[in-house]
Amino acid sequence: MVDHGFVPVRAKLIEVAAFLDRVERYAVADDFRCAALRRAAALLVDGRPARARRILEQLSDPTTRPDAVSTGKAALGAWAGRPAAAAKRKS
Amino acid sequence: MRYIEPHGHMVSRTTDDYQAMVTAGCQAVCEPAFWAGFDRGSAAGFRDYFRQLTEYEPARAAKFLLPHYSWLCLNPKESEDLGLAREVLALIPEFLDRPNVLGIGEIGLNRNTRNELRILEEHVALAVRHDQLILVHTPHLEDKLKGTRLILDLLRAHAGVRPGRVIIDHVEEHTIQQVLDAGFWAGITLYPDSKSSPPRAVDMLEICGRERIWLNSACDWGVSDPLAVPKTALEMRRRGHSEDFVDAVLFRNPVRFLSQCPKFTVWAEPAG
Repeated sequence: MVDHGFVPVRAKLIEVAAFLDRVERYAVADDFRCAALRRAAALLVDGRPARARRILEQLSDPTTRPDAVSTGKAALGAWAGRPAAAAKRKS
Repeated sequence: MRYIEPHGHMVSRTTDDYQAMVTAGCQAVCEPAFWAGFDRGSAAGFRDYFRQLTEYEPARAAKFLLPHYSWLCLNPKESEDLGLAREVLALIPEFLDRPNVLGIGEIGLNRNTRNELRILEEHVALAVRHDQLILVHTPHLEDKLKGTRLILDLLRAHAGVRPGRVIIDHVEEHTIQQVLDAGFWAGITLYPDSKSSPPRAVDMLEICGRERIWLNSACDWGVSDPLAVPKTALEMRRRGHSEDFVDAVLFRNPVRFLSQCPKFTVWAEPAG
């Protein structure tokens, strides 16, 4: 399992690190998606199981009622509340 | 090896893909109706699309000796225009008797809106009225968890829905268990970046069991891989899963679900 899986996953982890460095250099690290990524990354090392499920849940819209209208936009990958998401979309 | 591609948008793919799929062991491909990449402007546009799915595409697949089946609906992305959606819903029954039509799909939600839910409910009612199988699309990314819960609530509230005849597709780690616990089938989509990878799919099979799960590529006009299903067999074998396990997940499971529609037939020699 480790012999086969380690190197590809190592590469993905370094991509995450490089992305977080990059958004800081470009001064867009306060984008809600970058903040969500940092919060999600913390779950990797909390010592608890079901990390994939918990990261997906943390990135999800936690509300339960259907929206009144569609934004007409594609999903963004992280939830920041509807108005905030619209405001930050351009970064 | 042999496998079924239970969810591929072949109208978006080249004939090279058909050749590669057949070479890899594909025994049948099933094509749900989906969004064309732009909103269609009229019901006539959908009629042409349904003809493509039931006439032209099966003939194209047949050139490679590949049985082609389809599912019909209006995609949830196009549900906001209730008038157009209902015109399209009214068209569907005239196509249900076509020899390659398996059921209603892929219906579901996109951005979890009230209008999407209304049209989903009308699709479900249509499927129940015509005794059709149902294929449900769950939303993307941050909308998937909420959308899956709304879909499950809607399906459970409909007295005519039999969960064993409904597959809820694009499940991930945060949605698969609730789908299975409610008695529905679950589809895992092998799709770069936005859905599941082969290793994650096999993780879910190991954790949740393989009983009511199929794998699909959902290959379409976006970044996707029409050979994602057979490639996942390699991940299973690397972990020591048996050929029987591979065959059960990639072939027998989809055949078991799809055979609930008497029009679905596939050559099913025992795996050897």
